Amino acid sequence: MSSQIVPLIIIGVSVLFILGIKFLSSPKTARTGNLVAAAGMFIALCALLKTDGSSVWAHGWTFNYTLIVIGTVIGLVIGAIGAYSVKMTSMPQMVALFNGLGGGAAALVASLEFLKDARGAEPVTAFITVPMLFATLIGSLSFSGSIIAYLKLEGKFEKPMTFPGQNILNGLILLVIIGLGGWLTFNATGGNAVTAFVVMFSLALFFGIAMVMPIGGADMPVVISLLNSFTGLAVAADGFAIHNNAMIVAGTLVGSSGTLLTLLMCKAMNRPVTNVLFGAFGSSGGAAAAASGIAGTVKPIQADEVALLLAYAQRVVVVPGYGMAVAQAQHSVRELTEELGKRGVEVQFAIHPVAGRMPGHMNVLLAEANVPYDQLVEMEAINPSMDRVDVCLVIGANDVVNPAAREDKASPIYGMPIIDADHCKTVIVMKRSMAAGFAGIENHLFYKDNTRMLFGDAKASLNALVTAVKAS
Amino acid sequence: MDTNVLFIFILAVFVGFEVISKVPSMLHTPLMSGTNAIHGIILFGGILVLADAQTHLAQALGFVAVIFGSANVFGGFMVTDRMLQMFKKKK
Repeated sequence: MSSQIVPLIIIGVSVLFILGIKFLSSPKTARTGNLVAAAGMFIALCALLKTDGSSVWAHGWTFNYTLIVIGTVIGLVIGAIGAYSVKMTSMPQMVALFNGLGGGAAALVASLEFLKDARGAEPVTAFITVPMLFATLIGSLSFSGSIIAYLKLEGKFEKPMTFPGQNILNGLILLVIIGLGGWLTFNATGGNAVTAFVVMFSLALFFGIAMVMPIGGADMPVVISLLNSFTGLAVAADGFAIHNNAMIVAGTLVGSSGTLLTLLMCKAMNRPVTNVLFGAFGSSGGAAAAASGIAGTVKPIQADEVALLLAYAQRVVVVPGYGMAVAQAQHSVRELTEELGKRGVEVQFAIHPVAGRMPGHMNVLLAEANVPYDQLVEMEAINPSMDRVDVCLVIGANDVVNPAAREDKASPIYGMPIIDADHCKTVIVMKRSMAAGFAGIENHLFYKDNTRMLFGDAKASLNALVTAVKAS
Repeated sequence: MDTNVLFIFILAVFVGFEVISKVPSMLHTPLMSGTNAIHGIILFGGILVLADAQTHLAQALGFVAVIFGSANVFGGFMVTDRMLQMFKKKK
């Protein structure tokens, strides 16, 4: 392949990546977008160039090429097994794991380039050294941070781990890392450089752990999104170091879109990103809200009565939460909504931006249960018409329908946008018991006059509702 | 020093911001997963350094980098596709 055609191919590949991400942001074209990006990746692989401008595939076969093929196949198998065996409820963990691997690879690539140059006699310019150091630092941080995020989502040490002076200690480690990086920029060759580099690498790995440990399990999606954009930037920096434009474009696109996505997620939760990263959430405040005293009592209801309300309603809105997914009740919900649809009831799902374990997770879980996506309505779109809804069915959701976010200035979730379930004529809350939600905050909704509580396992209750609606 | 790469970098930053500025939150998870797959292009970096590896240490580390990168890129695209194939419109 001539070296004049390759830059043109890379331009085409960049366009495919941009279109791919663009298509990914609309439900109609999302699947195509993913395939377009994958096609771009394949084409770029075929046109892979070495730093001296010759094609990787043009040289004779060496043992290293055998290693490349074996390594790629092993990775393909690991990736495929992970991708096709993971449960949809565990999707955030899977993304964290793949992201960590990418970060680790980025760090290794940069390290190898650095160590090769460090042993050489030629002095290396800062224009090459800085991207290599940056990629090593960000990549290894992303690797260890993602592993911790994965473990936290799996339920291991889910609670934030904090101790006094933690932010100061982390700040000091970061200063040492930056100091070593600064020194290495101008002393990139020789034995001392190798030692300093290894120390920096290890500290960066440790910093990834120290950064994520104090953050609670509920905030992991934001962390994963941030680390995802970090890995993107590390890959772009690698692209600078080894002169690969495709890597620069792809890495940068992920870096900047990932940063924006992180900010969008924080906006949806109404929390500044600094609060997520440096302030342990839910460690205080929950008790104060409970003590403030709530007027009204909890009024239980039986499944038969709920079925009657639903069957003769005109408009029903379902508010699903992660509790529904844990109870594996998505299919029962779909069955119920289909049954109501047959009777002419208008049914919609109201999706809070952070429903599930990360933004958009609930849509994936409902899609898996064959709920058509045009039945899913986002919070901002459905809130203005909530007062015209006859029955609102809250299944396994808690904090996202808590009116305390609007009414109680003392509440830790005050100011968070919520679905206005309490505006509906009747609210049915399906719940296992009266325990508080993830944030440990008492829910004012449960005590409202128009709220009825249907206690029990979500799946069993829904199946009872389906039977009762069919009979009525 | 080649300033063209910086030029590419700056433009890509803005394009990255622009293309997802209107993404609905229902697609945040697949989008995160899809962009996650795109940075799997680091597999190329792994291939390039392993192709040039001179020492056993470099071969070993390069080999690990290729496995990691390959799992990232293939797994990422597959899992994103698995999620998105379930998004269906009402018949």
